Amino acid sequence: MNELAFFINNVVIAGSVSGSIYAIGAIGVTLIFSIMRFAHFAHADMMTFGAFMVLLLTTLFPAAGASVGVPTAVLMLPLAMLLTAALAVGIDKTFYKPLRAHGVKPIVLVIGSLGVTLILQGLIRLFSGTGGQSLYVDDRKEIFRLALPFEGARAPIVVTEPQIYLFVITIVAVVALHLFLNRSRLGKAMRAMSDNPELAQASGINTNTIVAVTWIIAGALAAIAGTLLSLDVTFKPDLSFFLLLPIFAAAIVGGVGHPYGAIAGGFVVGFAETLAVFNWNVLLRPFRDSLPAWLELPSNLAFVGTEYKIVVPFFILIAILVWRPTGLFKGKVI
Amino acid sequence: MSHSAKTRNSAYVPQDATPTRRFPLRELILFGVLLVAILAVYAIMGAAYSTRMLVEAACYAILALGLTIQWGYAGQFNAGVMGFVALGGFCAMFFSVPVNDAFWGTALPGEFGRVLLYGAAAILLIIGASKLDRLGVPKLLRTCITLVLGVILYLVVISQLREVTEAIESQAGFVGGLGLPPWTGWIVGGALAGGVGYFIGHICLGLRSDYLAIATLGIAEIIKAFLKNSDWLTRGTATVSPLPWPTPGPAELGFTLSRVIYLSFTAVIIAVIFFLLNRAYNAPWGRMIRAIRDNEVSAAAMGKDINKRRLEIFVLGCILMGLGGGILGTFNSLFDPQGYLPLNHTFLVLVMVILGGPGNNLGTIFGAVAVYIIWIMSEPLALFLMQLAVAFGEGAFGWDAPGNMDSRALQARVLVIGLLITMVLRFAPKGLFPEKIKSHS
Repeated sequence: MNELAFFINNVVIAGSVSGSIYAIGAIGVTLIFSIMRFAHFAHADMMTFGAFMVLLLTTLFPAAGASVGVPTAVLMLPLAMLLTAALAVGIDKTFYKPLRAHGVKPIVLVIGSLGVTLILQGLIRLFSGTGGQSLYVDDRKEIFRLALPFEGARAPIVVTEPQIYLFVITIVAVVALHLFLNRSRLGKAMRAMSDNPELAQASGINTNTIVAVTWIIAGALAAIAGTLLSLDVTFKPDLSFFLLLPIFAAAIVGGVGHPYGAIAGGFVVGFAETLAVFNWNVLLRPFRDSLPAWLELPSNLAFVGTEYKIVVPFFILIAILVWRPTGLFKGKVI
Repeated sequence: MSHSAKTRNSAYVPQDATPTRRFPLRELILFGVLLVAILAVYAIMGAAYSTRMLVEAACYAILALGLTIQWGYAGQFNAGVMGFVALGGFCAMFFSVPVNDAFWGTALPGEFGRVLLYGAAAILLIIGASKLDRLGVPKLLRTCITLVLGVILYLVVISQLREVTEAIESQAGFVGGLGLPPWTGWIVGGALAGGVGYFIGHICLGLRSDYLAIATLGIAEIIKAFLKNSDWLTRGTATVSPLPWPTPGPAELGFTLSRVIYLSFTAVIIAVIFFLLNRAYNAPWGRMIRAIRDNEVSAAAMGKDINKRRLEIFVLGCILMGLGGGILGTFNSLFDPQGYLPLNHTFLVLVMVILGGPGNNLGTIFGAVAVYIIWIMSEPLALFLMQLAVAFGEGAFGWDAPGNMDSRALQARVLVIGLLITMVLRFAPKGLFPEKIKSHS
């Protein structure tokens, strides 16, 4: 049964963790894609920026969280979301809006967003240095060990405190987004604009407001994703190129322009990654005696080594582009 | 005599004349400024250093020509130049490094060949299984059989491969090279980059152009991860050096002279590429490419095979990038997979192209040399500015500067490249040398 605990720790929990982070990131990408029709490459750096804001605020007020009973970083998250949303709107006003006003092709906006990526990366590295830093400045990372209710199960299931926050915050964010898109006037207007921009404009929807709201949501979600990722491991300023591919793969798998699809895509990519790097030999070990004698299992039965993890989202992306370019949930933009 | 010279003065050139007859004043001024800048670098930094800079700029010019035909001729955006450059560099290393007897003299090549054969057999088996429906097997069952077979065979082959590569690493260090002249490696590198470009382009070029950017970004990171972690093939982080040159090396002729010879060698290659590209641009083929870029629907209505032409030009661009990467790798005389960075090998090339003028080959070469000089000179400049800021901060506010100022100053260059990209896109979208559109009115 130890193998089962190992499996749960390494696949179920790790997969849900990276899946939630990819899902939250991919929602932002897919919303921007559906409203402004371009792939926003600076999204991963907006995530890093959000995490960096949390880091700054946490270093400024290290003891703030103790008075409420949560880690300071989690307490500072709403503030960082506000700052990142403001940054996203500012970036749009300074960099993308003039390009849109010129009526350039979407691919020029993509190149512009790569420029923004570099600007953000440069700024963050200039102020934070290049090394990794923990977001737990003054607090301690709690680790929960849950014993499995089976006979002979010695290895516990290990969940850390940030992972629990991650699951809770992901669920809250997804439910809030669902309510916003389905119940509020603005959310309905957003969906209308993603379906048919001309018709939406003709029916009196203010496209400028919708664009601003999209950036606010995308920025806030990016701050959440970046902070949760940095809470789980450490804050690193140069994550972005490794995050971009899984996030875009998730958005495309779910169908571009489809927020629920992006959530599903995020979990597909997250679980595919953890399943691919998992050493399957561990699960086969209890049955070793019943296997035929000629079958000699190598000690490492992982599909890819952890150093090739980035191959997994890439091949998911390729597969989906070959067989179903509209994504699993029939996205609108191809 | 003097009178006629006066009338030909630049002030008299009509501004709205047909571009073909225009006096190239802008080009002359810009190239003059560039020449002055190069001479200034020679005067300040010395001949050996400056010639090295020029050779590297020339290699970057080949990369930039590859990107300019993809972006400028055809409107395809390749965000993974680094991957193709790294492939070229790897091939240059693999073909030119001396033969490693510790590998070839043992049973390891046979073992490795056996695994490769297994791999080929596995692929054939899987392809066969995917055709089972022609024998009357239901399609669902066929898909299941193919998937299960694929997973099992993949695991078998990959675990065998792991054993062999570990044996190679522990017994022979790494595979070593083939001991051939470097230019064979450049050609194969170009071909390999073209092959990868074909694979990516075949999948993405029929879809939105954003997808190509995402996929190329991904393949670049994958190629880098592969080269970095395959210690048996590339020695990974241990790096391979020296790589032999096709021209006499510094040991025989000294740094400056050997670099000058390498530079002229590279210049000849650039001249050939430039000539061929200009011929292609003005040929019916080039006209067709531009027609597709400018108005896809009308080009399709004329009966042009859009996806095929796009694939052609994308593969051509990738071949040039592989070639340039090979020449650059050989010149550096060092193969270090970790030295390939998106900033240095993708975004720098992008800036060269969009600043010089996408679709204008002369502008692209200008952009490559100019941006590379700025890039190289910005390193000491950034350090100097950072020290100035630290001195000011300590003096005025008693600010305690962090210790790693050097690395942070270099990060400031990331910022500058990003600002350049966004500013050029906004204020000079056609670059310094706009593409000359011929009008037949």
